[in-house]
Amino acid sequence: MKNKKLLAKLSAAAFGVAVAGAISFGAQAEEMVSFEIVDETIPQSLTGKAGDPVAGRKTAINRKKGNCLACHVMPIPEQQFHGLIGPTLDDTGDRFTEAELRMRMVDSKVFDESTMMPSFYKTGQHMVLKKFVGKTILSAQEVEDVVAYLMTLK
Amino acid sequence: MKKLITTAIALMSAGLLVAACSAGDSNMSAGDSNMSKSTGENGISDNPDAWSGYQTAREGVRAMNDDDFENPVMPYVDLAANIYDSRDNKGNISCADCHGAPEDETGGRSGIPMKGVGASYPRFNADTGKPINVELQINKCREERQVEKGFKYESDEMLGMTALVNYQSRGMPVVSTAANPDDELHSAWQTGKDFYYQRRGQLDMGCNNCHEDNAENIIRAETLSQGQSNGFPTYRFKWQKPGSLHRRFRGCNKNIRAANFNYGSDEYLNLETYLAWRGRGLPVEAPAVRK
Ligand code: HEC
Ligand code: HEC
Repeated sequence: MKNKKLLAKLSAAAFGVAVAGAISFGAQAEEMVSFEIVDETIPQSLTGKAGDPVAGRKTAINRKKGNCLACHVMPIPEQQFHGLIGPTLDDTGDRFTEAELRMRMVDSKVFDESTMMPSFYKTGQHMVLKKFVGKTILSAQEVEDVVAYLMTLK
Repeated sequence: MKKLITTAIALMSAGLLVAACSAGDSNMSAGDSNMSKSTGENGISDNPDAWSGYQTAREGVRAMNDDDFENPVMPYVDLAANIYDSRDNKGNISCADCHGAPEDETGGRSGIPMKGVGASYPRFNADTGKPINVELQINKCREERQVEKGFKYESDEMLGMTALVNYQSRGMPVVSTAANPDDELHSAWQTGKDFYYQRRGQLDMGCNNCHEDNAENIIRAETLSQGQSNGFPTYRFKWQKPGSLHRRFRGCNKNIRAANFNYGSDEYLNLETYLAWRGRGLPVEAPAVRK
């Protein structure tokens, strides 16, 4: 019961301003940073730092991190087997602003509740495997890196 | 199709006549009441849109699936066939003593043939008020008749025995009337259905995201199927051995980083009940071969 309440709190926190440092999750878990959603965008960098597009490309490929290739065709020719679940990502830098992409990475369900795209910076999902409880798929800096990489796709 | 269904019904009801050895008398009668309303109202007719993972399997995998001599589950079936005939248990009674040979359509002394079982489980178990699948039914017989400990769920013996039993129904259409509100399995069906559509795990997906919305679509190196249950136990190259349906459930749950349930748990029995209904009308393909 207690657990349920906690989860509800956390998922509520992902909308609007996340509660920073409310709870800590074991040694390697990083606390969620707070961020502000403005008109379905997140204008400010989650970490206050610029993202690294080279690291972002790696995070996008990594099956244990972004695993974006599971669902998207991307300009990453050295990797075989790009999925066809979502749209091709080859001109995201032209079509979106950084603030829009950041929102999509953090929680694309803000745009479409029924989307299959995971929310990469959110906690509180239903029946999460124990070792991932309270953890986000990507860290705040990894989100920034992927956003920086997506901005280079023109 | 129609004709096969009629045969299935006839065989099922034949099972009712003599219940001398039946570990599942209650299941059988439950089944019979379902069978009498086989098609028509409440979405209990065959699902015309169902197709199995055979359709999205590659040529070579299909060839292994189709050829019993190449099907890698068959050695497990042979192992189970020996156990099936063996009286080496405290009850001093073999499966064959009650049911006749696996392919015996009269069902031996009990009148409960193995043919048709794979096409009509899970059944309702009146003793527990829950669904019972082939694995648990095998262990019920084992415990109650043979006075032995049940097989471990994912053991070679259990995989072989479920393959042996389900193999007898190959080509028979899966029958499920669990969507009918009067059906004894209805509440299990409903709970299983809710599970199916409930998003879960850190990746926040329901079964439907992959197997309904994206069936036939490509997710990395995999072509998604409808995730049907009619081929289980199924040999997977990834496993290098056959695995149960519940093992597959656990794999899919783990991939989306969701909490797993135990083999034979109520959650998975309910889900299995829903999947049988979802694939009603599909021919039993057990033991299937998949990538
Ligand atoms: C499990 C599937 C899945 C994964 C994994 C996934 N996405 Fe998506 N993505 C989608 C789908 C489906 C859409 C289509 C729009 C929607 O439903 O929101 C989408 C849309 C997008 C869009 C908007 C594109 C457009 O043209 O509208 C961007 C940008 C995006 N994804 C980036 C990413 C990145 C970067 C990653 C990895 C860090 C990723 N996605 C991982 C499924 C996925
Ligand atoms: C992220 C995608 C994804 C989700 C979500 C998912 N699965 Fe799967 N599932 C797969 C893939 C990939 C396979 C292997 C290829 C295929 O047959 O679809 C598979 C295979 C299966 C199979 C075997 C089908 C066969 O013919 O051998 C079953 C049964 C199944 N899934 C059931 C489920 C159930 C039940 C759930 C929800 C608890 C679920 N899946 C959730 C990706 C998924």
